[in-house]
Amino acid sequence: MINTTISPTTRISRPSGVLVDIWCVFLRELRPMLRDPFQLLTSLVQPLIFMAIFGPLLAGVTGESLGETYQWFVPGVLVMSTLFSTTMTGSNLLYEIIMGSHERMMVAPVSRAALLLGRTLKEMVPLLSQAIVLCSIAAAFGFRPHLPGLLTGFAILSVLGMGLGALSYALGIASRHQDWLFWAVQQTLIFPLTLLSGLLLPLEGGPRWIETVSQANPLTYVVDALRELVNGSFGADTLQGAVAAVVVLALGLVVGIRAMRRSV
Amino acid sequence: MANPVISAQGLRKVFRSSRGKEVVAVDELTMEVEEGTLTAFLGPNGAGKSTSLRMLITLMPPTAGKAQVCGHSITDNPGLVRSSIGYVGQKNGVSPYQRVRDELHSQGLLYGLGREESRRRTDELTDALQLGEIAHRKAETLSGGQKRRVDIALGLMPRPKLLLLDEPSTGLDPQSRANLWEHILTMRNRYGTSLLLTTHYLDEADQFAERVMVVDRGRVIADDTASQLKDTFAGDRISLTVTNEMADKTSATMRRAAAVSGSTEPEPRRTELASGCTRLSVAVNHGEYLLARMIHDLHAEEVNVIAANIDQPTLDHVFLNLTGRSLREESHLSLNTTPAAEPASEGISR
Repeated sequence: MINTTISPTTRISRPSGVLVDIWCVFLRELRPMLRDPFQLLTSLVQPLIFMAIFGPLLAGVTGESLGETYQWFVPGVLVMSTLFSTTMTGSNLLYEIIMGSHERMMVAPVSRAALLLGRTLKEMVPLLSQAIVLCSIAAAFGFRPHLPGLLTGFAILSVLGMGLGALSYALGIASRHQDWLFWAVQQTLIFPLTLLSGLLLPLEGGPRWIETVSQANPLTYVVDALRELVNGSFGADTLQGAVAAVVVLALGLVVGIRAMRRSV
Repeated sequence: MANPVISAQGLRKVFRSSRGKEVVAVDELTMEVEEGTLTAFLGPNGAGKSTSLRMLITLMPPTAGKAQVCGHSITDNPGLVRSSIGYVGQKNGVSPYQRVRDELHSQGLLYGLGREESRRRTDELTDALQLGEIAHRKAETLSGGQKRRVDIALGLMPRPKLLLLDEPSTGLDPQSRANLWEHILTMRNRYGTSLLLTTHYLDEADQFAERVMVVDRGRVIADDTASQLKDTFAGDRISLTVTNEMADKTSATMRRAAAVSGSTEPEPRRTELASGCTRLSVAVNHGEYLLARMIHDLHAEEVNVIAANIDQPTLDHVFLNLTGRSLREESHLSLNTTPAAEPASEGISR
């Protein structure tokens, strides 16, 4: 091996570690949203439509007021909104892989874990912004959440969102040679996950098999936790929801970081 | 070599297909790149150029062999290698969602430049690469040539000692290519950056590279300056047109003169023309001197030369002589095919 001596004139200082790397990636991912906040507003349209249509329908069926209905329904919309937005984020990474910018990021001296964590952390920003706007609008129609409970619920939602985001990035990476695969899998999974979690309709009284399947769905526990929390209780549902969110996050990070390491 | 920015010994990359078939993409690559030089990897698509580059930038582990880039081992210290180099890939490095200035600033932060330093460097490169007018535009709105200029800026952002460019001008129109090269050479002169690029454009390697490594089927088959490669493997070709009656006498004179120049071509090639004339051509070294001598000798033998021509060799002649295939045709053909040695997926990360 030939010994090489490189002069130190162009020596480059490295970020002080993974945390700085995560922060750099987080800022990079956040900037397009800050530059164009209109995209955040458009993402509110779908959950608002659900609230505007399902809320009065459910109120009509149950005979309760719209405010009382929203106490049950808004947590479901929050979880659904989290599910829909975070599971799509992998398509951004997939697009960057196809276009080439991801390869440049992989050549930068940044830890692979940071490339994933920075992106997943960024998902918290639109997710929480949406949640705050949705709750504020619902409040105008009688939604009265218990504030500490709601904040705890937001924390659980954030953990869930990061986990789902990480899984979505892993799916985006896995689909890099066949981009259609991303949407095929995402669309195939998203509706069963939504419908078999009791987000939009109560599952009690339904067929036994639906209840059984829903017990394997982490969203079931998260939405139950949020419903408990907005009503001011911190019980078993909250604990189960928190655990479910942490499990999704752990799974997402393990799968996502592993995928990121093999993403070129 | 005193200070090689790249030093590779026996670098080898083998891909295994899903059916278990092995494809040798890079075979025993041994090379050194001197600091401050512009070196070109020249070869058709699928020759192993990009795979070699991807091993050197630590995106892909070698199957065998070792290499140091900017003094750091690609297998033992990939992070230090990445900290020391800039890279411009085949595709665009700027994200379509990002604004140009934001992406440059982010790149600086990713390389640990610090916020102020990153901003200063962004301003400097924006100015140097004339990106001012597009600095606040999203990358998806830029032309191919503009995106390439941004890519060069991204590659130079960390003030790398070595900038590696993977087919930087592929897909650009001639004007954009010329403009891009003007910028690359200006940046190189300004910052003294060593450059290693892969290309299948013969003229780029010929015109800009101080050293050309001709790659074919995973192997480096020639390595020298472009002019030396042409002298060694191709040479000039002198063509003379005379009347059919004078063809034999002319052929003998040309053969003698060519042999003196060191040509190994045994006999001039003959082409009978419709006008009762014959064109004879022979490969020679230093054709500009030899042509004058041939005409002088033929004049003494009372042969009237109707037309004379010297064809300067290109690197395509070099490739043709080395492999029996035309690089120009291979590159053209491979535009519509998938390179055999292109990896499905095999990356390493640390």
